[in-house]
Amino acid sequence: MDSMSSVLIEVRNLSKTFFIEEWGEKLALEAVSGVNFSIFRGETLGLVGETGCGKSTLGRCILRLVEPTAGEIFMNGENILHLSAKAFKPYRRKLQIVFQDPFSSLNPRKTAYAILEEPLIIHGEKNARLRRERVKVIAEKVGLDVHSLKNYPHEFSGGQRQRIGIARALILHPEFVVCDEPVSALDVSIQAQILNLLADLQETMHLTYLFISHDLSVIRHISTRIAVMYMGKMVEMAEKEELFHAPLHPYTQALLSAIPIPDPTVPRQRTLLEGDLPSPFKPISGCRFHTRCPQQSATCPEIPPVWQEIRPGHFVACHLYEK
Amino acid sequence: MFAPKEARETLRTLTKNRSAFIGFIILVIMIMVAIFPHYLAPHDPVKRNLAQRLQPGFWAGKEFAPFPLGTDYLGRCILSRIIWGTRTSLSVGFIAVAISTLLGLLLGVLSGYFGGWLDTLLMRLVDIMFAFPSILLAITIMAALGPGLEKAMIAIGIVYTPQMARVARSAVLVIREMEYIEAEKALGASHARIISHHVLPNILAPVIVYATLNTAGAILDAAALGFLGLGALPPTPEWGAMLSGSRQALTAGAWWAATFPGIAIMCAVLGLNLLGDGMRDLLDPRLRV
Repeated sequence: MDSMSSVLIEVRNLSKTFFIEEWGEKLALEAVSGVNFSIFRGETLGLVGETGCGKSTLGRCILRLVEPTAGEIFMNGENILHLSAKAFKPYRRKLQIVFQDPFSSLNPRKTAYAILEEPLIIHGEKNARLRRERVKVIAEKVGLDVHSLKNYPHEFSGGQRQRIGIARALILHPEFVVCDEPVSALDVSIQAQILNLLADLQETMHLTYLFISHDLSVIRHISTRIAVMYMGKMVEMAEKEELFHAPLHPYTQALLSAIPIPDPTVPRQRTLLEGDLPSPFKPISGCRFHTRCPQQSATCPEIPPVWQEIRPGHFVACHLYEK
Repeated sequence: MFAPKEARETLRTLTKNRSAFIGFIILVIMIMVAIFPHYLAPHDPVKRNLAQRLQPGFWAGKEFAPFPLGTDYLGRCILSRIIWGTRTSLSVGFIAVAISTLLGLLLGVLSGYFGGWLDTLLMRLVDIMFAFPSILLAITIMAALGPGLEKAMIAIGIVYTPQMARVARSAVLVIREMEYIEAEKALGASHARIISHHVLPNILAPVIVYATLNTAGAILDAAALGFLGLGALPPTPEWGAMLSGSRQALTAGAWWAATFPGIAIMCAVLGLNLLGDGMRDLLDPRLRV
């Protein structure tokens, strides 16, 4: 098996249910529901979906920032959900995250240098000179001026702050990075810079990304493969070009038809979805998309569709493609 | 826990905020008085002179100049007692607030950071303490501990703990949701490290403001306990005890025996309140970028 196709992260039947008590009534919110997929070493898996579909929760589950309710997560073949907090700590080095909001992701009372040095301290680097060296190296890698590191976060621009966030995630040389909407809070011109930076770093540092976004053009730019989520379920996953050119699931089709084409002469076929997102607190029978699906059949509200590989590498959960 | 750069910045902005600056000056003067009473007080604050009982001060004429603010019912110099009382009252205020801030931070941070059943338990405990009027609770605690200034400090410290716990907890609830806390967890930082390096420095602003304002309240409460005879034991000069000792003097027409200790209390409370209010603005990071 060559290195490009070896599985780094494997997720099996992962579920996360949040319980919210309101007026004495216990409400269950199934943010992630029985998700199965693998992430290959060196690739970028783009994860798209509407706000609240569970994509961020899924990313946080893999890092165990949120403890999943059920399921298994394997990294390099080892089940990381069974590990105690102490046994998991070495894995923290290998699993990192870049956040969406560059303003709340940096402690306002620490200098950029202190922020970048902290991961090294946490992981037991006692030599201050070595720490200084490594901070310098990573700062240069992400394009930060070493002399500016004595400043506090509010003295940096949004793009620079995001670079600090990226440097903090990468200073421990992780293998896998969850990028949770890392460019959504940035200006469009800065977005491109940060995306290119992430792509360059992926190459030089041999990183694997789970790239979460609701922006299809960003996802298309950076991903190798793309997975689509709807209300806690994964509905479709395929190679980038295959997904964009031959989407199978009606939700993916609707999502892709919403991308604006900057040419008014091109005739467009838009699939418009009816209705709003159903309440996440009320479990939906059968396929979760059936309330809005333009192609629903009699079985859709009854039986949940099975997540299956229709073509090599192309997964979908829809009754249209079941025999 | 302040970086030096930030401390300098705070001091600089302090001079720009007029009311905070006035409060700061009042407080500095009071602290100087509390440190050097032996140089400032014209007389021994506890020396009685029954021949000179309830003498008026400088306003009554030149012959009364030796006791500028008059004498009390035991012939003690009121100015000297106020000056020495500054030390007593300020230390009661500061120590009581130090106790309440430490306890309150402990309860508030644990309860806000960890949440769950611990939060419920601690906050119900705090609610129970809130149910008592503060001075009544202080008196109850004093009744259990016995009279004395140190006991008054402890009692007031306990009385002010629930409020501080609430302030700390609500601040922690905001910080807890910040992504930089999540980043620390992703890095594998221990709870102790997250709390000491990331939570505490970021909740310090409201806590400092609240502690400053509470110091004024603690001084008032210490005076109230002193007035009830539960605080400082005579003949220790203490502003509240001076007020209560002068009750009969008031009916005898010796208004100065009660007025000047009252003014001293007022100045301390005013100074601390001005400073506390000003700090609220100063420590708000949105107002200082």
